[in-house]
Amino acid sequence: MENKFFLSIGIGILLLLLGAALLAPAIAPYSPAQQDLEHDLLASSRGHPLGTDKLGRDVLSRILYGARISVWVGISTVSLSLLIGFFVGSLSGYFGGRVDQLLMRLVDILMAFPGILLAIAFTAVLGPGLNHVILALCLIGWTGYARLARGEIMAIREREYIHAAQALGGSPARIILLHMLPNLLPPLLIQATFGMAAAIIAEGSLSFLGLGVQPPTPSWGSMLNEGRQFLLVAPHLTTFPGLAIMLTVLGLNLVGDGLRDGLEKKGK
Amino acid sequence: MKRYLLHRLLLFFPTLVGSLTLVFFLIHLVPGDPVEVMLGETASGADKEALRRGLGLDLPLWTQYFRFLSALARGDLGRSLYEQGGVAQLILGRFPATLELTLAAMGFALCIAFPLGVTAAVKKNSWADRLALLFSLLGLAMPNFWLGPLLMILFSIELGWLPVSGRGGAAHLILPSLTLGMVMASILIRMIRSSLLETIHEDYIRTARAKGLSEWKIWLKHAMRNSLLPVVTIAGLQFGALLAGSIITETIFTWPGIGRLTIQAIQTRDYPLVQGCVLVISTSYLVVNLLTDLLYHFVDPRIGYGK
Repeated sequence: MENKFFLSIGIGILLLLLGAALLAPAIAPYSPAQQDLEHDLLASSRGHPLGTDKLGRDVLSRILYGARISVWVGISTVSLSLLIGFFVGSLSGYFGGRVDQLLMRLVDILMAFPGILLAIAFTAVLGPGLNHVILALCLIGWTGYARLARGEIMAIREREYIHAAQALGGSPARIILLHMLPNLLPPLLIQATFGMAAAIIAEGSLSFLGLGVQPPTPSWGSMLNEGRQFLLVAPHLTTFPGLAIMLTVLGLNLVGDGLRDGLEKKGK
Repeated sequence: MKRYLLHRLLLFFPTLVGSLTLVFFLIHLVPGDPVEVMLGETASGADKEALRRGLGLDLPLWTQYFRFLSALARGDLGRSLYEQGGVAQLILGRFPATLELTLAAMGFALCIAFPLGVTAAVKKNSWADRLALLFSLLGLAMPNFWLGPLLMILFSIELGWLPVSGRGGAAHLILPSLTLGMVMASILIRMIRSSLLETIHEDYIRTARAKGLSEWKIWLKHAMRNSLLPVVTIAGLQFGALLAGSIITETIFTWPGIGRLTIQAIQTRDYPLVQGCVLVISTSYLVVNLLTDLLYHFVDPRIGYGK
């Protein structure tokens, strides 16, 4: 009962985020880049419910548009990582032997880095920008899915229905996609939910360090970075974008927890 | 034990060499001319050529790679482009600050996680349990680049209790270690709670109860000792993650550690220094993970390779 309640809250938060991202052009009171230097660093007011930044831009509008960046980073990073991870993990788990050894050593090497460090190094070398952030996050993100897919495939490859499919002449691709994938989907989906939360935090971290999304594109992390210089006079510049990140990550974690609990109960 | 140690070391070294190789090629296979990136497009041809020769970038890539490995074996990480001295000396000078911050963050995380995790398990489904889980949920969702400035606003700017930034006495350490240790504390609370709840249904706990031991003694002496294994693993792995997480925390609080040095090196495009910092942080991460594995084996000798 309690789990369902938390899951509903999570889903509610995510729907709000998705709504904000999709409807930003329609519901944002101002354009995110519209400057008004006469009204810079304003606190909350009727015209600007969440205040304005150093260039007089409306913080609420920038947060609404910033949701688009977070949703895009989350979805694209997780989809790409999931695809690569599933492909590598399937090859490794299905064929085993040397292919498995080789691919898993590569995974080991990439996992030997703390994720954010490799992402920082990668964006530092390639230069800042949204696409580079997504690439960097995929570079570190696929390994977790590969390990998971490999483990699950190894667990089911000796089942009778897989042997039957092999005996009927099914190709490895067909067996993996038609017979194994349905078993793999639930754990991969759960990991993807947590992965999305991690991607959003990582994008925020990189943008906060000045290595991610560049101005004037509104991203929650870069807004926080800009706001840091005005902690004394305009703490709202730090508070609201951070709150947006926290709520989004909380929503994703609640949904991930809910899905996992549901799956575990089903498993029992 | 010896066999296990040998196996772990055999796995450790290829992974270490692999990660060093990855860092080398990451820095050296950048699209474009790294010398131009470092000096800027307006630098003269002679300057570029001199730097290229100075860094050994005029040599074939494989020669550069083997030179890099052989220099590493001698503890030589190259020279910084802008700072005085070698990269290894610069990093060594900053390492104590990062270690101090990481240990303090770990201490904070353990001090918060144990009482909250144990209380949540003992008083399962009570308000204390829910409060601990809420703390853990929020702690996990709160990015440290937001928590840090928030703590700064509250404790340094509004209340004036703690210094805003820099390294000094114990007071300087409080906010950065709180910021860095929050995620670890949140993970550990959940881990301790679930681990204790699993152990509490074991037969030997029932026996302890039948002997008439007090509930707290049963939880703390019997259940806790056997719940420690997963907690040790997570704490060890998280310690490695703290080292990497210190990059952001050190930037927020201008803490003079390796994390801040990395960001400064990135900003000034000092690639030998960036490479050195990434190498040292990732190697420390690997070593901590190895030690955790060995500690895990030490805590429970039943765990071993091939058993």
